[in-house]
Amino acid sequence: MIEVKNLCKSFDGRQVLDNVNVTFEKGKTNLVIGGSGSGKTVMVKCLVGLYPIDSGQIIYDGRDVSTMDDQEHRALRQEMGMVFQAGALFDSQTVEENVAFPLRMFSNAGPSEIADRVDFCLNRVNLPNAHNFFPSQLSGGMKKRVAIARAIALNPRYLFCDEPNSGLDPKTSIVIDNLIREITQEFEITTVINTHDMNSVLEIGDKILYLFKGQKWWEGTSEDLLKTDNPEVSNFVYASELFKRIRQSS
Amino acid sequence: MEKLFAGVGAYFLFVKRTFRKPQKWSLFPKQFFHEVNSLGLGSLPIITIISIFMGAVITIQTAYNIESPFIPLYAVGVAARDSIILEFSPTIISLILAGKVGSSIASEIGTMRVTEQIDALEVMGVNTETFLVLPKITAALFINPFLILISIFQGIIGGYVFGVLSGVVTTTEFVYGVQYAFHPFYVTYALIKTVFFAFVVTSVPAYFGYYTSGGALEVGSSSTKAVVSSSICILIINYILTQLLLS
Ligand SMILES: Nc1ncnc2c1ncn2[C@@H]1O[C@H](COP(=O)(O)OP(=O)(O)OP(=O)(O)O)[C@@H](O)[C@H]1O
Ligand SMILES: [Mg+2]
Repeated sequence: MIEVKNLCKSFDGRQVLDNVNVTFEKGKTNLVIGGSGSGKTVMVKCLVGLYPIDSGQIIYDGRDVSTMDDQEHRALRQEMGMVFQAGALFDSQTVEENVAFPLRMFSNAGPSEIADRVDFCLNRVNLPNAHNFFPSQLSGGMKKRVAIARAIALNPRYLFCDEPNSGLDPKTSIVIDNLIREITQEFEITTVINTHDMNSVLEIGDKILYLFKGQKWWEGTSEDLLKTDNPEVSNFVYASELFKRIRQSS
Repeated sequence: MEKLFAGVGAYFLFVKRTFRKPQKWSLFPKQFFHEVNSLGLGSLPIITIISIFMGAVITIQTAYNIESPFIPLYAVGVAARDSIILEFSPTIISLILAGKVGSSIASEIGTMRVTEQIDALEVMGVNTETFLVLPKITAALFINPFLILISIFQGIIGGYVFGVLSGVVTTTEFVYGVQYAFHPFYVTYALIKTVFFAFVVTSVPAYFGYYTSGGALEVGSSSTKAVVSSSICILIINYILTQLLLS
């Protein structure tokens, strides 16, 4: 569980996150939705500590990040996995080395154990034969999947995915969504996913947070989301013709 | 001016964070030897070409400038040897390395920064400064003295071969001159300078690469800044060390 209290963040005096309060639950896929530029990426980067926050608290299962020293913060980070919006694979390393990296760096596993774990993770993302490719040789969707494999290599307790399925075809997108949902439930991970894909929202959203201009505008489940009469949220949800028709027919 | 001081301060803090204990020692040797290979041995071809031609030009020019019949021709060997050891090999080669190694380090680390690879390492809990930069600095501190010794040797050979071929000096005179009144301390002095320069040509570009923000354009400009700044640092340090060690 991650508790976020009164989180504020600004860049050069421009408020990007404005007093956000939210709790991300364990074993659930917590979705953060919102238009482009609403602050999703900034929020997740604040959560993992890549951006220093202006004020507020971030509490990981009772452990307040703001009271941690450098050492403790690094230890906490070893419990996190993150999938970046653009993948952020190490481009000088093969797929296998990318996935093995956190294991080599932070576990005491031997070579054969590491190889097994890498195979397991790559199988899990449906890339059983990609070991020796370099990131530049992969398609966008394959990169995302390798990034997911790398993020889950160390069995994280907290998983952050920044638009894991942007730029993917609908089918691969669903495969990835379901993969994230399955591992979240299987390993009791606290998962936070940024997305603006309504398909994912309906498919895997256990809990949904709608960000609007850096504020928490709405919060609820995917069923609530379809019924909401909040105008901004409704505009977002029913932006596409398809969803408008679904609403009319129901 | 204020910006310059802030930058220098940030650089020293960066260097301090670089010299922390690696989180996993067992990964270090592989990274270290990889850097020895790419930063050090990878520079050998260009060092060889420059050293041989530098030695040749120094020898021929010195010979043409000695017109007085009272100065023996073996002085060409002495002068060529001393200028190669004292200045040309350690300083000029380090300046060349500031360009070659410096731009490659700055663009490598800068690219990792703008493609969020450094952020990915940070989120995993890696000490990124130590992990990315320490192997490069230690590899250069280790291998550059050898590169400079090789360069000195090549410079003198180049001077000898081209000096004799162009007829400005004979084998006997040059060989006698190279051995005449040799101060071993000059070599020590060259190596001390080399060690300082090795530190500069790796840490300064790493700093500029690490603090790149933006995209491909900024990676290019970091790399340019890195080369310019490390070259200027080399010239300043060269002046200070010459004052301290040779006066
Ligand atoms: N490093 C930064 N420096 C200054 N401003 C930033 C920085 N990162 C983000 N911003 C600003 O913060 C706001 C929110 O950006 P953010 O990247 O969080 O949007 P987002 O919700 O992730 O959008 P998208 O769906 O397009 O990824 C934007 O207005 C952006 O200009
Ligand atoms: Mg984003």
